[in-house]
Amino acid sequence: MLSIRGLNTHYGASHVLQGVDLELPAGRIAAVLGRNGVGKTTTVKTIMGLVRPTAGEIALENRAITAWAPHQVARAGVAYVPEGRLIFPDLTVVENIRVAERTPAKAWPLERLLGLFPSLGERQRHKGAQLSGGEQQMLAIARALVSDPKVLLLDEPSQGLAPLVVRELARVIRLLREAGVTILLIEQNMKLAEAVADALHIMVKGRIVYSADPERFRNEEAQIRSRYLTV
Amino acid sequence: MSTLALLLTQVVNALSQSALLFFLGVGLTLIFGIMRIVNFAHGALYMLGAFVGYSLAHWAGTFWLALVLAPLIVGAVGAAFELGILRRLYRRDASAFLLVTFGLALVVTEAVRLIWGPDALQVPAPKLFSGVVFLLGEPFPAYRLFLVAAGAVMAIAIWQALERTRLGLLIRATSQNAEMVHALGIDVNLVRSGVFGIGCGLAALGGVLAAPLVTASHAMASTVIIDAFVIVIIGGMGSFAGSLIGALLVGFVQVFGNYYLPDFALAFMYLLMLLVLVVRPGGLLGKEA
Repeated sequence: MLSIRGLNTHYGASHVLQGVDLELPAGRIAAVLGRNGVGKTTTVKTIMGLVRPTAGEIALENRAITAWAPHQVARAGVAYVPEGRLIFPDLTVVENIRVAERTPAKAWPLERLLGLFPSLGERQRHKGAQLSGGEQQMLAIARALVSDPKVLLLDEPSQGLAPLVVRELARVIRLLREAGVTILLIEQNMKLAEAVADALHIMVKGRIVYSADPERFRNEEAQIRSRYLTV
Repeated sequence: MSTLALLLTQVVNALSQSALLFFLGVGLTLIFGIMRIVNFAHGALYMLGAFVGYSLAHWAGTFWLALVLAPLIVGAVGAAFELGILRRLYRRDASAFLLVTFGLALVVTEAVRLIWGPDALQVPAPKLFSGVVFLLGEPFPAYRLFLVAAGAVMAIAIWQALERTRLGLLIRATSQNAEMVHALGIDVNLVRSGVFGIGCGLAALGGVLAAPLVTASHAMASTVIIDAFVIVIIGGMGSFAGSLIGALLVGFVQVFGNYYLPDFALAFMYLLMLLVLVVRPGGLLGKEA
């Protein structure tokens, strides 16, 4: 579905992505783990067109979308749930979703989304700024889904959420997988990634250095943790 | 003249002045909200609206056509300017915008001088409102009452458009986080061109409406741009309701100041601005300081 080859990105003089290769098969969830500052968010931003790559290719269903403008990437079928959620604080729950509804949603119309996230359904007229962190996260996911995406980019969705809310998040991600949404999940929360992903990748200094399915990942977890993830 | 009648005429005067100021301020604040730039050409476009309105009114023989067409024409000029020039500067810092919109102001001012000549031009009020009405027995220009109504209607129309239309939703979202709107599949550049055009069109609408009162003249650009800045600063940069409140405050201070203490009228406007900035550095309805 989404295929990334040799992706390089620079911020001024610093070489952030140093040749990222990643395959995301249709209907699957791929998780990317790694310490802070290794380039996970930059990978997502580069896919989204928010950061320009200096080399490499990004293809969506075999069609090159490298360095497209963000709105073109979105219209091609990539939906973005950014780190920190970035809800529009002065828009209501419904308005936040409506911004992204460019054409009448087929797979994920508003009513279905509000059913999927009952707390949002109860707070339709609340402003984004009045929601809890968990509700904002659900709203960011709902806002992404309303465009009926082929691929969903989830950047650190569990950040700052209480364990109970993370469990709810895991339920939602599994539900999306059952509905056939392809997901690229960026996470620091290893347990969440392990629980939902079909493939786990570890990023170090702008490269993917390790990839495994969940079973192998669990077996090698102790080594992986000490080698790649602890500071 | 009874005290009450005097007060009433002053209040209506102030409201009509506020209406004109509102057209300027709301465009300036919408543009700032979306693009984070201060449009120095706003006063010149207001003036351009008055001159284009003058020609259209003479050509068509009716003020009403000028009132509709002049804002559309000036709005198109604004949108074209955004598309052709401003768009190339978004990665630069704010001083680039100041210089280039200041440049636009100079170009528009000189173009008006070349096309319409150096003299102020008389624009007659529409026949329907060229007479007087009596407020508590005192004669009062009907045209000023029309301005009050026009201001009120436009304020409600703009507010409803922002709240209820798709474009209004995108304008509000873009003013909160343009990059996020872009990543949600909206061509933010189109929103920017549209808002810049709408803001310039609203300034021109103010210019056409002001012309029957003050004649179309070159001086109108430089005086109103300061008023417009003061309104936007008082109300809070980027706030629609703030521009309405700012226009009302400045309109009242100008009219009542001019009547009671004409020597200090101008000072009162700045005192008002200072007072607001001391109490609320971001403006009455502004977010950031």
